[in-house]
Amino acid sequence: MPDTIVVACDGSAASGRAMDFAHARAMQQKADLLVVHVLEWSPYSFLTKEEIEERHGRRKEELARAETAIIAPITAKYAGKGVEITAMVKYGHVVDTLVEVAEKARATEIISGRTGNSGVMTRVFGSVAGTLAQVSPVPCTIVP
Amino acid sequence: MFHIPRALVALAGLFAAGSAQASSVDQAVNEIFASSTGWFVNFIFAPFPFTNFPWIVAWLVIAASFFTLYFGFIQFRVIRHSLHIVSGKYSDPDDAGEVSHFQALATALSGTVGLGNIAGVAVAVSIGGAGATFWMILAGLLGMASKFTECTLGVKYRNEYANGSVSGGPMYYMVKGFAERGLPGGRFLAILFSIFCVLGALGGGNMFQANQAHGQLTNIFGDFPGWITGVIFAGIVFAVIIGGLKSIAQVTEKVVPFMGIMYVGAALIILIMNYQHILPAFGQIIDGAFTDSGVVGGVVGALIQGFKRAAFSNEAGVGSAAIAHSAVRTKEPITEGFVSLLEPFIDTVVICTMTALVIIITGQLMVDPATGMYILNEGGTIQTLDGSSGVGLTSAAFGSAFSWFPYVLAVAVLLFAFSTMISWSYYGLKAWTYMFGEGKKQEMTFKVIFCIFVVIGASANLGPVIDFSDAAIFAMAVVNIFALYFLMPIVKAELKSYLTRLEEGKIKRFH
Repeated sequence: MPDTIVVACDGSAASGRAMDFAHARAMQQKADLLVVHVLEWSPYSFLTKEEIEERHGRRKEELARAETAIIAPITAKYAGKGVEITAMVKYGHVVDTLVEVAEKARATEIISGRTGNSGVMTRVFGSVAGTLAQVSPVPCTIVP
Repeated sequence: MFHIPRALVALAGLFAAGSAQASSVDQAVNEIFASSTGWFVNFIFAPFPFTNFPWIVAWLVIAASFFTLYFGFIQFRVIRHSLHIVSGKYSDPDDAGEVSHFQALATALSGTVGLGNIAGVAVAVSIGGAGATFWMILAGLLGMASKFTECTLGVKYRNEYANGSVSGGPMYYMVKGFAERGLPGGRFLAILFSIFCVLGALGGGNMFQANQAHGQLTNIFGDFPGWITGVIFAGIVFAVIIGGLKSIAQVTEKVVPFMGIMYVGAALIILIMNYQHILPAFGQIIDGAFTDSGVVGGVVGALIQGFKRAAFSNEAGVGSAAIAHSAVRTKEPITEGFVSLLEPFIDTVVICTMTALVIIITGQLMVDPATGMYILNEGGTIQTLDGSSGVGLTSAAFGSAFSWFPYVLAVAVLLFAFSTMISWSYYGLKAWTYMFGEGKKQEMTFKVIFCIFVVIGASANLGPVIDFSDAAIFAMAVVNIFALYFLMPIVKAELKSYLTRLEEGKIKRFH
């Protein structure tokens, strides 16, 4: 069974570079790619009554939008280029979800882009790439 | 759209024109309001013949006790499982992004935790004495079973629409549940409930909130006419529910839980500072519950106040929670029943009791040292240290420990009042559109009426407002509980099936 590499993807230019890097790596290693787009979500946030009422419908819309705007272009771009690609959209905390997916898929590596923010913002809010590097259960490559 | 803002401006202008006779505007509103709602209040609070015990209180107590027995003290048996469900241990990760049990509970709680916990409790102890607290706690514990029943049904019989939105509540389980059991009258009950729900939304969910928000503002800024508060509040409510300024509601929804935590935190600190008075306070609560402490109506008076204010605060059996909880995503309706029963516990048994203890411990209620009985004022309520009542009494109690707390409380009260109003505008709207059909025109009519009642509520005196608010909310409970008696076998079957599967390990735990 080929190895699986998890790639974090949010449709940004940085995640595009990460995808290119991951694809090249997968070609070399004859590995499969698992592209994961995570929609930030906490089951412990507070919602208004209207938000609650509309949530199920909104979720469907969000999933459809992620599928067409983020996942479809990627799968189209790399289709037939020698690497088996599976894609998924998940809800949750971005880093926790990537780790969970990687563990479940027995991935050998996680590859992610980075926003390149530095200074106060990152100190206050942290960064996905930074946290991922800290908690990833498998080797993790951050693509600049 | 254009004529509505103009109508409100005209309304404001009408009030403003008479600014020199501001108090007479308030007085006129008060008189018209009191005289036009008196019959309804009298009917709901009519005592049993030859007693002073209102039938409505018996109705609530008997129902809550009956559900408690019928479901074998469900509120105590499943509380651990309820906490597991809220914490997401039984939530399928594939359902992430849907409304979680925690979110449904938090949103429902933000509708109930509010002035009932701050002002309502103060009213209860200033009329019924410390003993009212005992009955309030008991009502909270029993009410957990009522809430469990109604919220399970709310989820089971909700309507799911093609666009993914969900509508649920007593109206729906009355119609569908009665039809399923082959019983007549479901539609009639649903309409009757909807009428009372609209009145409850305008009363307890609106006027009482506006009234107490104004009371709190006058505590801080000195006396000024109620209609001014009313017009400002109505303007903000208008902006949210008609103008579509959802961001205000979203911010409120996120700030209110922290206000609640801060309120409980402050109460806890005051209790810890006065730890030596806690046991004697419980002594007063138990004594007052079973022996005459000098309040009007004696033990029965304390009991009535305790039960009334508990029901008003946690809304168990009223039916509003069934509307709030019905949007959760779950394959097992009973799980939302388990979650919802935490609501009266948090609201009444914890938060209301905190308020009562702070008022009692800080010595706000005046006792005659010679007789040990409460000193009553002319209105028949217990004389307080500075003569305040309602939210003013709670404010004075917290202020006696932290002089700055009344300012924090003022902000909390305004936010609580606002969030409760927004919640109830939603419940009222659901009932309104159930009766008159979905549509922009119908919705707008209700929303404009709702805003006008904010002004009336802020202008009228506490007495008539609280009477009408109670009466309207309890009228909802009359219809809702009547339906629950007929539908409870359905809940029992669900409960039995679920608990059996849980014991057999067929209910999957994910975390």
